[in-house]
Amino acid sequence: MKAGILLFPGINRERDMVLAVRQSFGTEPRIIWHKETDLSGLDLVIIPGGFSFGDYLRCGAMAAQSPVMQAVKTHAARGGYVLGVCNGFQILTESGLLPGALLRNAGLRFLSMDTLLKVERNDTVFTSKYGKGEVFRAPMAHGDGNYTADDATLDRLEGEGLVAFRYHDENRNGSARAIAGIYSPNLRVLGLMPHPEDLVDPLMGGTDGKPLFDSLAAA
Amino acid sequence: MTEVNATLAKSFGLNAEEYAKVIEIMGRTPSFTELGIFSVMWSEHCSYKSSRVWLKELPTKAPWVIHGPGENAGVIDIGEGMAAIFKMESHNHPSFIEPYQGAATGVGGILRDVFTMGARPIANLNALRFGDPALPVTKRVVDGVVRGIGGYGNCVGVPTVGGEVNFHPAYNGNPLVNAMTVGIAAQDKIFLSAAAGIGNPVVYVGSKTGRDGIHGATMASTEFDASSEEKRPTVQVGDPFTEKLLIEACLELMQTDAIVAIQDMGAAGLTSSSVEMAGKGGVGIELTLDNVPQRETGMTAYEMMLSESQERMLLVLKPERSEMARAIIEKWDLDYAVIGHITGTGRIVITHKGVIEADIPLAPLSDAAPLYRRPYTETPKPAPLGPISSDTSLSTALLKLIACPDLCSRRWIFDQYDSTVGGQTVKRPAESDAAIVRLEGTNRALAITTDCTPRYCVADPEQGGAQAVAEAWRNITATGATPLAVTDNMNFGNPEKPEIMGQFVGAIKGMAAACIALDFPVVSGNVSLYNETEGKGILPTPAIGAVGVLEDASLARGIAIAPGQDLVLIGATTGELGRSIWLREICGLETGAPPLVDLAAERANGDFVREQILAGKIAACHDLSDGGLLVAVTEMALASNTGADVTQVDTSHAFCFGEDQARYILAVEDAEVLLTAAFAAGIPAQKIGHTTIDECLTLPGGVAISLTVLRDANEGFFPTWFA
Repeated sequence: MKAGILLFPGINRERDMVLAVRQSFGTEPRIIWHKETDLSGLDLVIIPGGFSFGDYLRCGAMAAQSPVMQAVKTHAARGGYVLGVCNGFQILTESGLLPGALLRNAGLRFLSMDTLLKVERNDTVFTSKYGKGEVFRAPMAHGDGNYTADDATLDRLEGEGLVAFRYHDENRNGSARAIAGIYSPNLRVLGLMPHPEDLVDPLMGGTDGKPLFDSLAAA
Repeated sequence: MTEVNATLAKSFGLNAEEYAKVIEIMGRTPSFTELGIFSVMWSEHCSYKSSRVWLKELPTKAPWVIHGPGENAGVIDIGEGMAAIFKMESHNHPSFIEPYQGAATGVGGILRDVFTMGARPIANLNALRFGDPALPVTKRVVDGVVRGIGGYGNCVGVPTVGGEVNFHPAYNGNPLVNAMTVGIAAQDKIFLSAAAGIGNPVVYVGSKTGRDGIHGATMASTEFDASSEEKRPTVQVGDPFTEKLLIEACLELMQTDAIVAIQDMGAAGLTSSSVEMAGKGGVGIELTLDNVPQRETGMTAYEMMLSESQERMLLVLKPERSEMARAIIEKWDLDYAVIGHITGTGRIVITHKGVIEADIPLAPLSDAAPLYRRPYTETPKPAPLGPISSDTSLSTALLKLIACPDLCSRRWIFDQYDSTVGGQTVKRPAESDAAIVRLEGTNRALAITTDCTPRYCVADPEQGGAQAVAEAWRNITATGATPLAVTDNMNFGNPEKPEIMGQFVGAIKGMAAACIALDFPVVSGNVSLYNETEGKGILPTPAIGAVGVLEDASLARGIAIAPGQDLVLIGATTGELGRSIWLREICGLETGAPPLVDLAAERANGDFVREQILAGKIAACHDLSDGGLLVAVTEMALASNTGADVTQVDTSHAFCFGEDQARYILAVEDAEVLLTAAFAAGIPAQKIGHTTIDECLTLPGGVAISLTVLRDANEGFFPTWFA
């Protein structure tokens, strides 16, 4: 699988993502500046975390208007894989590639700690190396992770099996139905708030996040 | 036009004698802009006029020191061709007036000091002191400062990995916000600020200049009073997004050979950066302010020269590389403007709208800056505490200590700081005595800490200064790392008062002795004086930031114990309760002498502990500091939710809560092996107990407290306060 990592001004977790991809894929991901529009040759587009454009208008809103996002939409429409983490998730909802929105955390404070995530299904390209219902640890670090959508959308996500991960220990940011990550209807676009890429090395406290990248590498 | 005279000079912070010197240098009455430039360059904040003579007493050299004080930050050799670049700096005055922006721009400023030298920042830490938690204003300041540090650090993507927090009424009107950044660079890619090359372009990069922060450096050099609220406009406003762009743009530009010299615009903005760059290079500089990117209309030369707008850098470039440099800077959506050039005149000449607004000889501006050997009175040595006892049970005392604001868990604070971004954080906050951050692509890691115990410093500045250095050294040692060097942040009151100056002098003497004994040179630092409100000074607070290195990051030890281990105390215990947290919280006293700092014992005990850790013989290690033995054991137990039994040790409060220095608790498989090694090395060691499978802590004498009760006590303060 050939991966590319998008770089918007203000993104700050691209280095973490490069390390996780390099480790599982055994290849170097391509770094793609937000003004580029050619994603040819890529199987997977990753949008990492950070504060694109400072999150000044609304998290992800300005990045969603960057030239590269039109190419990402084409890539997704063609059935390409897309992974958005944290700010990347916010950019995916702002671009309309995933439904709903990420609001300020319920407690109105930035949250940085490990959380436990439950794998809702393991028959996707992102989760095949996890067990169904498996609980794994992932660091989270966000001020705006409170997932929100109208009831009809939430019912549809749940009914169609598009909830990827739920907070298992504590729903600290107040997300609707404890949703931490969701899929597109074709299960090829995944957005999630916590950072599996920051837990792929025993030295950093564990490898709970590694199966996600191993799953993609095996696809 | 305002008339320039001694009265105006006084309002700018220059006394009559200093103003007379300005006239002597200029040979005429200075212009308004010139007076502004002199006043900020000669402010305490920029000139170190009260502290310079004493800072020279600190040791600054070692074979591993690449650049000591005098550059934007200190630079040390950490092996494999890499350098660690670091410094700590205060943003105290602004953080009281406007806590969020004061703290945020403190983080931004120290980051720039580090990346301006070519380093990618890999860790932020802080050292914070707040007033009495019972006061509503303290709550407001704590909230704003924590949000500000997080707001800036999280956005720029540099992990905030450690720090310290104290509360004391002496900081009621004068909180301290000291921020530290550590960065990494290749040793052959370090950038300095000395300008060179007559005719080379002087380039302005970053945010546009506004009217914020004018005379901030002067504000930071005076006491506070009831009118301080009016100084809000002198606080700068931070933009971490632009800072992130500036980091990436500068690091990208530094991969080329375009840069001759580079300096961030910090305190006193364009004035200090241009004066220092030209001054250090022994050249002259000419600036045309019409070309300065401005975000407000009608700004005068004076306003532009004194603005402290954030996220700006000044560069001297090779002319043939300037267009390439422009392309890189503009790719990151930052302003790039040629605002002048280097000359051979030895003068700074400022032109605006065709008028020469300032023309000052550079050498006397720095060389003739005021230098004061201010009178001081030594702090009288405190009387020893003498015998003291308490009817409080050990369990009640322990629960009270671990719940008090100075000892309770800092989780509520560090849970608001991104500590994992970068993917290299080996030990996160509270997991070990010093934060551990790996150097990407290597097995090496840095151990980083900040430390100071102001309640010791106020009683005995010399012992307190030595203790701050020793504790930083000990915290690094407790992880297994080798301590290398120190940055200091000297926070004191009004130096014009002899007793305050005496505190400063005492602290320097103690620090110097400890730095020499521990081979721990000072490579950078910052002095913040006039930390007084309504005439009342803070506790003397020489905050120490320190860096050590581990060749093999996997050997780093944390404080978490596990079942099946013995607990061994290293170091001698006489039961020093003077100025202890126990004395304050249980007896309501802040008296006596602080614990003795025996630097030879510190060195010997620490070297022994590090040797044992690096030999892979130690499972966990925690140094003993505030609160003493039982507090340390509690922290080790809570870190992993593992019980411990210390039934057999001395039940006296002095033994359990005394703050004797140079001590560690080690968790090992078999105490006998460690005790034998310690005996052979002549290091005091005793077995104090063992870990257990039941989730409780069994105290000396046999009373057991469940870990849940201990955790509730330890973690309650901040969440309750901010509920």
